[in-house]
Amino acid sequence: MAAGTRVTSTGPTKTGAAKPAPRRDSENRLTARIRLLLSYGLLFLIALAFLYPFVLAISTSFKTLPEINVRPVSPIPQTFTLEGYQRMFALNVGRWAFNSFVIAAAVTVSTVLFAALAGYALSRIRFPGSRAVFLSIIGTMMIPGIVMLIPMFIILKTLGMIDSYTGLIVPKMVTAFGIFLMAQFFESVPVEIEEAARMDGANRFRTFFQVVLPLARPAVVALIIFSFQGNWNEFMHPLIVITTSQDLYTLPLGLALLRGGLGQNLQWNALMAGSMLTTLPMALIFLFFQRYFIEGISYSGVKG
Amino acid sequence: MATGIKEQDRQDAVAGWLFMSPTLLILGVFALIPILFALYFSVTDWNGISPPASARYIGLENFRVLLFEDGIRRADFFKAFKNTAYFSLGVVPLQTALSLGLAVVVNQRRLRFKDFFRTSYYLPAITSSIAISMLFLFLYQKNGLINQVLEWVTFGAWQPLAWMSESQGLFHIILNWFGVTLRSGPAFLQNEILSLTIWDWISGPSIALMAIMFMNTWTTIGTMMVIFLAALQDVPLPVYEAAEMDGAGGWTTFTKITLPLVRPTLFFVVTLGLIGTFQVFDQIYVMSSGGPAKTTLTVAYLIYRNGFTNSQMGVAAAIALLLFIIIFTLTMLQRRITEGKPEEE
Repeated sequence: MAAGTRVTSTGPTKTGAAKPAPRRDSENRLTARIRLLLSYGLLFLIALAFLYPFVLAISTSFKTLPEINVRPVSPIPQTFTLEGYQRMFALNVGRWAFNSFVIAAAVTVSTVLFAALAGYALSRIRFPGSRAVFLSIIGTMMIPGIVMLIPMFIILKTLGMIDSYTGLIVPKMVTAFGIFLMAQFFESVPVEIEEAARMDGANRFRTFFQVVLPLARPAVVALIIFSFQGNWNEFMHPLIVITTSQDLYTLPLGLALLRGGLGQNLQWNALMAGSMLTTLPMALIFLFFQRYFIEGISYSGVKG
Repeated sequence: MATGIKEQDRQDAVAGWLFMSPTLLILGVFALIPILFALYFSVTDWNGISPPASARYIGLENFRVLLFEDGIRRADFFKAFKNTAYFSLGVVPLQTALSLGLAVVVNQRRLRFKDFFRTSYYLPAITSSIAISMLFLFLYQKNGLINQVLEWVTFGAWQPLAWMSESQGLFHIILNWFGVTLRSGPAFLQNEILSLTIWDWISGPSIALMAIMFMNTWTTIGTMMVIFLAALQDVPLPVYEAAEMDGAGGWTTFTKITLPLVRPTLFFVVTLGLIGTFQVFDQIYVMSSGGPAKTTLTVAYLIYRNGFTNSQMGVAAAIALLLFIIIFTLTMLQRRITEGKPEEE
């Protein structure tokens, strides 16, 4: 919005009245049309560069190993085989997927709830110390994840949470990003709506759960999708939490360790099958809830 | 009435802290306390395996070994720093420029299939970094897609590369074209600064590292494009219409109107890029484990390797602290540069 107001102050003054000559106009229209045509060509080419690798991954997952060696770039398998998928399921990929789902779901539910509570408190409740709380959350947000790798390992080891679901889930239940997203959304909810509810005698908690939270649906959905996607794809955290127990592998962790275990002798159909099993659920969620992804990103972008 | 307001304040204080309590508890236990722990362990010799209590206090020894003592530890640290810097210097400008360009093209009013374009460009951004790394490992094989496309584009002149095993640096290759090698070049190239020869410092990113850089750019462009699109959609249509009526061409419109308007977003995207590229880890873990010849060893991967492969948790904690200082300085520096520039009014 700030950008919008700046436009009007620096934007061109009303010179639209001085109409260009008609010939110039048609010329403009021609160049505009050529430009549009070139744009289409370029955009489709780039789209191909983004999509073809996925097409190739799917087709490779259904190819036999000899065929992959001979024809590694063809989009359609000559002999269709489920060998790759069978290999992955023999390696317990079903269990990995189950773990990924449970962890992502548990983390998401708590992230959304805690972020909504905290975001509401920070944006709407005036309480002593709120400024300090706000600053300390910003402070933790500024610490990059990789820097937290060692500290996280130390605390999990101290608390005995290595090789456990608790260790995979609990540390991820609060994100500064989620808190800011919710806080920002609550800022935009008119105060009058809450005030009316409170006049009727509802306390803070009832107002929050019955009036404010339902209004925040767009932000909540965006956060659910973001959080689920991020945790489904998360690699670094499970990598340090899981040291021995293979029953706790998530999809990305199992896949990455599989590549290491195979050394140079890579079974590409199995690896691509695993990659596609990891990708497909997210791709589907994305296709159905695209709007919310875009909105969520836009929220984070506006903040900058 | 006055007591009513006081009562209200008290209730608000209770509610505020109650609402915040889950957040504060978890951030306290899994962020604040660990950071203090890590600060402590960076001055110990803990190996990460024995009980944490058995760690011995060794003062600033870990930092001294990393920064001041000539040897493999310091060489590795600065090698990792060098690789990460090349990575960032290559990827950040490239992904920023490409995503802004794409956003402007996709944002054209008369353009159709917008949703299709946006969806395809964004698809890699929602995909697991491990799956993508695996996929590109496949594409970067000697007979893989990347080599075949390059062969096709150059009408067969391209010599297929085993991308992930090429350790030659870009600038070394270019210098080679002009006949400059370590042996034929001036003698000062063999002088060492911080345990690396000057020749090493100016290597540029290795081919293997460039392969990962390209993949990284491919993955992040979508996110950044969407951020730019959001900013562009805030620009009121009449501004463009007026510019068009004034006969402003595409380039003029871009530099005089679009660019100034998305400037805040531009800096946000650059900051995101800086922070992201200084943390590259997943891709290195899957694709190269730091090789070949340590040319894809990044600071992030070095932390992991020291802590979990070499059982030097103390050293790893020290590197993590140094990395934090580097990232913090970079973001502050960038902010200073941004704010230092007077806005043209």
